[in-house]
Amino acid sequence: MSDVTDTLCVMTTPAHPNPGGGGPQGAPEPPPFDPSAALSVRGLWKRFGQKIAVSGVDLDVPAGSFYGLVGPNGAGKTTMLSMATGLLRPDFGGASVHGVDLWAHPDEAKATLGILPDGVRLFDRLTGRQLLTYAGMLRGMDKATVVERTADLLQAFDLTADADTFVVDYSAGMTKKIALGSAMIHAPRTLVLDEPFEAVDPVSAANIRDILKGYVAGGGTVIVSSHVMDLVQRMCDHVAVMAGGHVLAAGTVDEVRGEQSLEDRFVDLVGGRQHSEGLSWLRGS
Amino acid sequence: MVARFLTLKLTLMGNTFRKSVWQTIGLILASLYALGIVGSLVVAVAAISFFEDPALAGLAVTLGGAVTVLGWWLIPIFAFGVDATLDPHRFTTFAIPRRTLVAGLAVAGLISVPGIATVLLALGTAFAWVVEPGVLLVALVGAVLGVATCVIGSRAITTTLAPVLESRRYREVVAIVAVVLAVLIGPLIGWLTNGVEISVGPAEDGNAFLAMVQQAAAVVGWTPFGAAWALAGAAHDGDWLGLVGRLAVALGTIGLAWLVWDRALGRALVRPPMGDGGGGRAKGLGAFGLVRFSPTWGVAARTATYWLRDPRYSGSIAVVPLLPVVIYFATQSTGNYFMLLATGPFVAWLLGFSISNDIGYDYTAFALHVAAGVDGRADRWGRTVPMLLVGPVVAALTVVATVWVADSWHLLLPLLGLALGLLLVSTGVSSAVSARLVYPVAKPGESPLKSPQGAAVATMVSQGVGFAVTLGLSVPVLALGIAAVLLGGVLWGVATLVGGLLYGVLMLVLGVRFGARVYDRRLPELLQQVQSFP
Repeated sequence: MSDVTDTLCVMTTPAHPNPGGGGPQGAPEPPPFDPSAALSVRGLWKRFGQKIAVSGVDLDVPAGSFYGLVGPNGAGKTTMLSMATGLLRPDFGGASVHGVDLWAHPDEAKATLGILPDGVRLFDRLTGRQLLTYAGMLRGMDKATVVERTADLLQAFDLTADADTFVVDYSAGMTKKIALGSAMIHAPRTLVLDEPFEAVDPVSAANIRDILKGYVAGGGTVIVSSHVMDLVQRMCDHVAVMAGGHVLAAGTVDEVRGEQSLEDRFVDLVGGRQHSEGLSWLRGS
Repeated sequence: MVARFLTLKLTLMGNTFRKSVWQTIGLILASLYALGIVGSLVVAVAAISFFEDPALAGLAVTLGGAVTVLGWWLIPIFAFGVDATLDPHRFTTFAIPRRTLVAGLAVAGLISVPGIATVLLALGTAFAWVVEPGVLLVALVGAVLGVATCVIGSRAITTTLAPVLESRRYREVVAIVAVVLAVLIGPLIGWLTNGVEISVGPAEDGNAFLAMVQQAAAVVGWTPFGAAWALAGAAHDGDWLGLVGRLAVALGTIGLAWLVWDRALGRALVRPPMGDGGGGRAKGLGAFGLVRFSPTWGVAARTATYWLRDPRYSGSIAVVPLLPVVIYFATQSTGNYFMLLATGPFVAWLLGFSISNDIGYDYTAFALHVAAGVDGRADRWGRTVPMLLVGPVVAALTVVATVWVADSWHLLLPLLGLALGLLLVSTGVSSAVSARLVYPVAKPGESPLKSPQGAAVATMVSQGVGFAVTLGLSVPVLALGIAAVLLGGVLWGVATLVGGLLYGVLMLVLGVRFGARVYDRRLPELLQQVQSFP
């Protein structure tokens, strides 16, 4: 499978030497996609009304890496990930998944991607089991595989007891887990997870981390966005820091953080820490 | 503090203007509409008062006021969540004395289009008594008390019922009941006035009618709904005992409602909002276990599940069998069966049209289709499959039932042809339109009666385009059907049936293929559109 796709990327890449066709006027021409990367993003721009959410992002996520994407609120993480996974059409720039140009061949690229988008609802009038089944059917999988993997996923996410409960009655954490399950059911080569640990209890989060680590050890690639630096530092081997629509730093975790903790390095990069005495009236009387 | 609640409500309102031009336009239109209704009602009451008799105007105000109070009290139970901007739960963490909170919320409750309209209407109609200054004063007091009854009673009921209203199961049942009621309200009124006409004789017999209104107003004037509005009438008649009694009823109502609300609010502030604990369960795979495993059949199974389980769909399904009944009762008195016989084709056309905003109904759950890169043909065909399985059966049953009632069996074939042809054409058009024009509707879990603010224009444009295209493309089926009805004969009937089916299938295939092409091209844009819904 991987051989075929690798050959394919070598064949497709020269056909798209200039991904997405440049950027807004004055923006430098982005380099070509990295065909060996699980996810390669070039010159991504997106503007909503007056606000430029993502301005010229280049990023390579090496295959087999556990990649963390961190940034303050409103940094453009979700917008960037949406454009890198085919959920949102970029104004400029493009993305490739294992060397397949996503916006030129969306079906081929999406087949190898598992996506957990942030801030979208689920088809929550289905039961958990039905939702996973539905996700499998949309991916064109056969019945035996879907039934088997649905049971496995429910087990892995500790949802077996609630398999027949409607998703609308799930708690926030359970909803996150069932959404994660429906992103994994087709055994994608790359998982792109936007805030996967939000509202998930510590035990479930640890279970999910184990599942993801096993997945990476087996050759898969995981990209997670998160606010929790500590978690990213412990879990990920690569990290990118985003703020104001730009990537400020990217590389292995050790490269990015240097001698500091990731959190301190992040604060240095992003700025905004206040070193004043601040809120003196809050100190009690 | 009360002033601060007012400012808060006004600021919230102002901010929605800043957010969207369409919402502003929608609100302006709603205000103009309300102003028009208030204006014409006030003029009507004034006219009765000046040209007929102020006492007559008083009767009208009493009855109309009672209906207004009923509306304020009952509508929020059905149209829940319509205005949650000042949900008491949002004030839980602030240390606001309950008395202040109640007063603030009561006054702020008036700052809305219906609230302001009620105030204007109450004060405007009070001036029917302008020729008798003493009575006018009483009428103004009555108007203030009446408005207070509306607002405080409404808040008391919604806050008391909040724990029930928050439960998803209850909401779903109520939602369906509300949709059915909304459909039935027209015929019900017609039926009632019919009954009145029969019991008091034709409308020309003004005295009998007047006597009945007087009787009704006399009773209503002593109920909590009408007491405040009947004060002026009592003062006019010089019925001082009646005035004091009605004042007592009105004040008692307000006081009791205030007390109930105060208590309910006290409970609401210490009890977090939550849905029903248990939640529904379904066994196994349901519809998914019945179909072949492919994207198309997956979408079909999901669509079928939603029709049954999502009140936004099941509400409209519950209405379909009622339509022939409603039309039967509406046209029964005339003995003309044309409308009744047209019901079958109409229901068929309506069914096909009901899937014309499917992606809008999916809301952001549609992201799953985008993430999986569902093929346009799979999505489009999948959404039409349940319609194609159920629609013809429903349409045919309606046609047979109406033909039976009207005893017009000679029209069976042409009507069947018309109904099936229209069903297929409108399903095809819906499949094409829904990939291009998406407009905001009630979100999953909201009341189906709630239409999002500012969506009115987008809805009208999309539906208008859908109507026009369907109508244009239905011309061949309609022409065949009309010819068959006019010329008669089995041959024409068969021709309509066969022609309608063949043409309908052609339109369906073309519509789905066009829709699929548009869908494939605009997949991310469709998701962006539903994500930008207000």
